[in-house]
Amino acid sequence: MKLKHIVGLLSAVAMSAVIAGSASAQDKTVKIGAIFPLSGNAASAGVHAKAAIETAVEIINNGNPALGNLPVTKNAGLKGLGGAKVEVVFADNQGSPATGQNQALRLITEEKVVALTGAYQSGITLTASAIAEKYAIPYVNGESVAANLTERGFKWFFRTTPVAGDFAKIYLDFLKEMKAGGQKVDNVALVHENTEYGTSVANVITALFKENGLPIAQDIAYSANTTDVQSQVLQLKDKKPDVVIMISYTSDAILYAKTFQALDYKPPMMIADNAGYSDPSTLKAVGKSIQGIFNRSSFAIGAAGTPTYLINEIYKKKSGGDDLDDTAARQMQGFFVLVDAIDRAGSTEPAKIQAALKATDLKPDQLIMGYKGVKFDEKGQNVLAAGLVIQLQDGENYVPVWPKQLAKTAPVFPYKGW
Amino acid sequence: MSSILVQVIVGGLLLGAVYALFSSGLTLIWGMMNIVNFAHGDFVMLGMYVAFVVWTVLGVGPFVGAPVAALVLATLGIIVYFGLIRSVMKGPMLAQILGTFGLALLLRYSVFWGFGANFLTLPADVVGGTYDVLGIKLQASRLLAGVVALLVTLGLHLLLTRTSLGSKMLAVAEDATAAQLMGIRPDGMQAIAWAIAAGATGLAGALIATFFYISPTVGETLGIVAFVTVSLGGFGSVPGALMAGLLIGVIESVSAYWIGAVYKDIVVYTLFLCFLWFRPQGLMGKM
Repeated sequence: MKLKHIVGLLSAVAMSAVIAGSASAQDKTVKIGAIFPLSGNAASAGVHAKAAIETAVEIINNGNPALGNLPVTKNAGLKGLGGAKVEVVFADNQGSPATGQNQALRLITEEKVVALTGAYQSGITLTASAIAEKYAIPYVNGESVAANLTERGFKWFFRTTPVAGDFAKIYLDFLKEMKAGGQKVDNVALVHENTEYGTSVANVITALFKENGLPIAQDIAYSANTTDVQSQVLQLKDKKPDVVIMISYTSDAILYAKTFQALDYKPPMMIADNAGYSDPSTLKAVGKSIQGIFNRSSFAIGAAGTPTYLINEIYKKKSGGDDLDDTAARQMQGFFVLVDAIDRAGSTEPAKIQAALKATDLKPDQLIMGYKGVKFDEKGQNVLAAGLVIQLQDGENYVPVWPKQLAKTAPVFPYKGW
Repeated sequence: MSSILVQVIVGGLLLGAVYALFSSGLTLIWGMMNIVNFAHGDFVMLGMYVAFVVWTVLGVGPFVGAPVAALVLATLGIIVYFGLIRSVMKGPMLAQILGTFGLALLLRYSVFWGFGANFLTLPADVVGGTYDVLGIKLQASRLLAGVVALLVTLGLHLLLTRTSLGSKMLAVAEDATAAQLMGIRPDGMQAIAWAIAAGATGLAGALIATFFYISPTVGETLGIVAFVTVSLGGFGSVPGALMAGLLIGVIESVSAYWIGAVYKDIVVYTLFLCFLWFRPQGLMGKM
C-alpha cells in the first residue's frame, strides 16, 4: 500500500511537472496595459475603446486569415514570439489626469506590462505617457489629438492618429472649396471645451485659419461637465456666424444639441471635431437633432466581406450592438501597430519594441484606418495619417462627402438640424 | 435691454427653478436630522432612469414617469433609512458622511452595471416643444420643471408648517427624546422624512430627464450644484433653496453670457463665499 502511494505521488509530481512545463511554453503571454475612462463622464467612450481593444485581442490570439494583409492576424498568437498570446490589463483613468498617471505607474511597476496604450482624453494621455517615458516603456497612442503630446522630446511615445494640425488643415481646405462653391464661410465661430483636447485643437485651428486669411470671429470656451449651455448658444445667436466649429466631449455635445433646438438656433454650417459627436451614444440620443453636421473621420466600415466589415461584426458582439466608430477604430489601429511592433521585435524587451516601432512602415492595405500608412518621425508622430470630411445627412450614419475622390455623396447645405 | 439678454435671464430663472427642485430633498433631510446626504445626486440620477424605463416600457412621458419615480424613490428612501441611516446616525459624524458616500457609489455603479455607460435621452417631443412669447423662447420641459419646483417647495413648506404630521416631524428634528416623551415615534417620523425627501428628489430627476442627458455619473455633475444651493439657501430651509436656486441660475446665465462660460463658476463661487462670509447661515437658515 505504502509503496503504491509513493509511486502514485511521484507520478503525480512528474505529471504535473510535465503539464506545468508545457503550460509555461504555451501560456507565454505578452502583457500590455490599456488606460481608458471606464467610469466618469467619458465612460461611454472608454467602454467602446475597451470593446475595440478586446476585439483586436480576440483576432490576434485566435488568428483570422480572412482579414487580408492586416498584420498579426494570420495565425493564432504572435509568430515572432513562438505563438505567444496577448493579454491586456485594463485600467480606469476615471476622467482624471492624476488617476491616469497613477494607473500607468501601477501597470508598469505591479502588473509588469511591456507596453502601454490609451488614455483617450489628451490631458490624461499627457500625464500617463510621462510615466512610461520615465520607466522607458513604449507607449502607443491611437486617438489623442492634442498637438503637444509629440512635442515633448519623448523617446518612448508613438502616435498613429492624425493630429489637430492635420484636421485644422482638412477643415480649412474643405471650407475654402465650399467657399469657391458659393457657401458663405467668412465668419467662423469656435466652441470648445476647456481641457487639453479642446484648448489645443482650438488654438491650432485659430492659428492656421488666421495665417490663411480666415480669422476666427468668435471663440467660446466652456467646461465639459457643465450643467447648462444656454448662454453659449445665445452668444452664437447674437453674432450669427456662418460656420460653427464644435470641439466637445459626449455629455456636452448632447446638451448643445438639445439647447440649439430649444432656443431654435441653426447656423448655416456646423462642423464637429470628432470626440463627442462621433460617440455612438450621441448619435442615438440626439442624432435626429443634428442632421447635416460635418465631422472628421479616418474610418469607414466598408462593404460586406471587407476586413473592416468583418472586424466590425466581431466588435458589435463586444459593444452591445454599436458599430465601430472613428474614435474606437483609431484606438484599435494604435493597438494593432503596437502588437505588430512587438511581433517584429520578437521580444518583450522594451528597447527592442521601441526599435521595432521606429522601424514601422505599414502600407494602406495593412491598416483598418484610411491612413496613407503608418511611419513615425523622430518625434513619434505618424507622418502618413490622413482623414476626410463626413456628414450626418440622415441623423443616423455619417457618409464621406469630401475630398471628392473619397466622397460617397455631395455635401448638403444648409445645416438642417432637426 | 436687448431681447437676447431677456432670454439669458429667463433661461437662468428656468435653470434656477430646476436647481431648486433637485435641492429641496437635500435640504429637507438636513433640516430633519442633520445628515448631509451625499447620495443625493445619485437619487436624482435614479429618478431619471425610472422616467427613462417608464418611457421605454409604457411609452408615456413624465406625467406618468414623474409620479412613478417619486414612488420608487420614496420606497428606496425608506429602505435606505432603515437599512443604513438609522445605524450610522448613532456613529460618529465621519461614519454618516462615508455611509451616504458609499451609498452614492453603490447606486452609481449598480446603474453602470445594469444600463451600461451609454448616454441616454428622452425624445425631444416627450414634453411638447418650445413656446415663443414675444420672441423669448420658453422650453416647455423646463417650464414644467420650474412650475413643479414651485409647487413642491410650496407643498413641503405647507406640510412642515401647517399640518400635524409636519409639526411632529419638526418636533423630532428639534429634540427626538422630548418628542418621544410626547408620544411621537422618532423612527417613524424620520422614515417619513426620508420617503418625502427621496420622493421629491425622484420627481425632480424624472422632470430633469426631459431636457438633460441621462448617464450613471450625471449625479456627480448635478450634485455639486445641489450642495451650493442648499448652503446658500440655508440648511434645512425649503423656500431658501428655491430662492438660492433661482439666484444661482440667473448669475450663472448672465455671467456666462457677459464674461464667458469658463468664468461662470468663478463668479458664482466667489459671490457664494463672500455671501457666506457675511451670512454663514445662508439666505433663510437659522444660526
